[in-house]
Amino acid sequence: MTTAVSFEKVSRHFGAVRAVDAVDLDIRPGEFFAMLGPSGSGKTTCLRLIAGFEQPTAGSISIFGERAEGVPPYRRNVNTVFQDYALFPHLNVLDNVAYGLMVKGVGRTERAKQAEDALKLVQLPGYGARRPSQLSGGQRQRVALARALVNKPRVLLLDEPLGALDLKLRENMQEELKLLQRALGITFVFVTHDQGEALSMADRVAVFNDGRIMQIGTPQDIYERPQTRFVADFVGSSNVLSPDFVARYSGKRRWASLRPEKIRLAEKAGQGVAGTVRARSFLGATNRFTVDAEGTRLHVITPAGQPVPEDGADVSLVWLPADLHLMDEPA
Amino acid sequence: MPAGSAPVILPSRGGIAGALSDIFWRRPKLLLFLMLTPPLLWLGIVYLGSLFALLLQSFFSIDDFSGLINREFTLKTYGELLRPANFDIIVRTVTMAACVTLASAVVAFPIGYFAARYARGKWKALFYLGIMLPLWSSYLVKIYAWKLILAKEGILTWLFAKLHLSWLLDAWLSLPYVGGNSLSVSFTGTFIVFVYVWLPFMILPIQAALERVPGNLVEASSDLGATPGQTFRNVLFPLALPGIVAGSIFTFSLTLGDYIIPQIIGTSRLFIGQAVYAQQGTAGNIPLAAAFTVVPVVIMGIYLWAAKRMGAFDAL
Repeated sequence: MTTAVSFEKVSRHFGAVRAVDAVDLDIRPGEFFAMLGPSGSGKTTCLRLIAGFEQPTAGSISIFGERAEGVPPYRRNVNTVFQDYALFPHLNVLDNVAYGLMVKGVGRTERAKQAEDALKLVQLPGYGARRPSQLSGGQRQRVALARALVNKPRVLLLDEPLGALDLKLRENMQEELKLLQRALGITFVFVTHDQGEALSMADRVAVFNDGRIMQIGTPQDIYERPQTRFVADFVGSSNVLSPDFVARYSGKRRWASLRPEKIRLAEKAGQGVAGTVRARSFLGATNRFTVDAEGTRLHVITPAGQPVPEDGADVSLVWLPADLHLMDEPA
Repeated sequence: MPAGSAPVILPSRGGIAGALSDIFWRRPKLLLFLMLTPPLLWLGIVYLGSLFALLLQSFFSIDDFSGLINREFTLKTYGELLRPANFDIIVRTVTMAACVTLASAVVAFPIGYFAARYARGKWKALFYLGIMLPLWSSYLVKIYAWKLILAKEGILTWLFAKLHLSWLLDAWLSLPYVGGNSLSVSFTGTFIVFVYVWLPFMILPIQAALERVPGNLVEASSDLGATPGQTFRNVLFPLALPGIVAGSIFTFSLTLGDYIIPQIIGTSRLFIGQAVYAQQGTAGNIPLAAAFTVVPVVIMGIYLWAAKRMGAFDAL
């Protein structure tokens, strides 16, 4: 089976900065793939390498089996939804959407029809005559999506497309994007720094840091079985426990990750790990505490409605041994 | 000091400056009025006033026998403009202005594009210096320098000879209208110097317009399948058009009104500026000079109206 996008030891250096450093990556056809990482981790550069805006310093990239180095963006059947949409301000919505068809020489009536269909697909029928400046952020985002999809790309690249939207709109768009991807069967590659977004939408997630991929896996894999301290900390802010701490409670000297929601407050004192509550915050459905346990800070999340200890109270924390996830990171 | 004990309302700064600051803050329109009155008086009375006085003059006529100005309304002076000798001057000047504008735009676009997209830090400083530096030296010095460059014994002739291209220069100079004895006494020479002198006025607005085009629009166009040529035609050019039009207003109107360049470099045939100079000076025909002056004003008006109709300012 061919892969949709394949990176072999791909590097992109800007002077001394290694934006992408020897990355190996296989994206499967029809997959919703997320690249997750903090800013400057190389995820956007990877996306730009697929689009053709950047050329690799070393390594090779193939898209559906075809070598892509040295191929300009306009000869790649890959389209991008830009972070700030990059709609053409001098064209109306219909001409924006029809742009890709226009430059490929599709006739005026045919491209107007296809562009209108694409606008229907993103639920903006009849918006063709407006200017991008007359649209809201969410509408511009949909136009950008329609403008890319109308070209029927083999791979659709999305660069933090939901970043500029407010929370409610973002949640709606997440769902819509997911449904759209399922319906069209196009490979989506999605760049985000929002771990919630990556976990909820993607089939598989690659976690980036410092130009390298830390871990690739399904959202469950990444969340429940992080392989490194970075992944554990970045994805869902897990408690990263030092080898010394872990040795005391499990007997193995290894770095481990413990999800805040897996920790419970013990019914009676003397059980588990003793600690002092340092800070607490109410998050709606949950309560979040920071507990100082023998010099190690532990974050604890409990469902709302359970008893809430006071600031400075002494508590005992317990968890199931299976929830303490030992990582590959060398001790 | 505890946080709660600082005064909430601070005392006035005192003095006239302090009182004025408070007054202007409360009445911002007063400040605006005071700031705008002097320039508006200048613009309204001195500048526009003299323009209207000029316009008025063009509706008077001159008595052919006495040489005195006949202060009665007449369109006779405008009729004079249509005489072949005068009409030729208008056509010649407008043609020159159009050619200079077109050439300036073609030369300026790549320079402005480089400055807007690629030049950063010291390269940008160098760009501005390179554009501005020629403007610091006297206009007359530059034109006389060009006279030497373009003269029969000048650098350009020498350069063409060294490159064994003298035949090309001679062939060009033997052409009717654009040619002449040497470049410095031909319309080609006038054209070259006009383009040189007005080029900064075209580069800067184009650069400013391109500076406002986000780089990712070029990427988006390429991403959607447009070749660099298509991106230029469909994205860059339309978005730079307001800048090109702004620049062309400068180059076009400056060429229409100039009388020094064609006098020093070029043929003995007149341009509008020279005609105005001759009519109001030696000939003492102020009404005809005024009528000639109205021509560029009207042409620029038509030009701007046409540019607006064609949507040149839509992207503003």
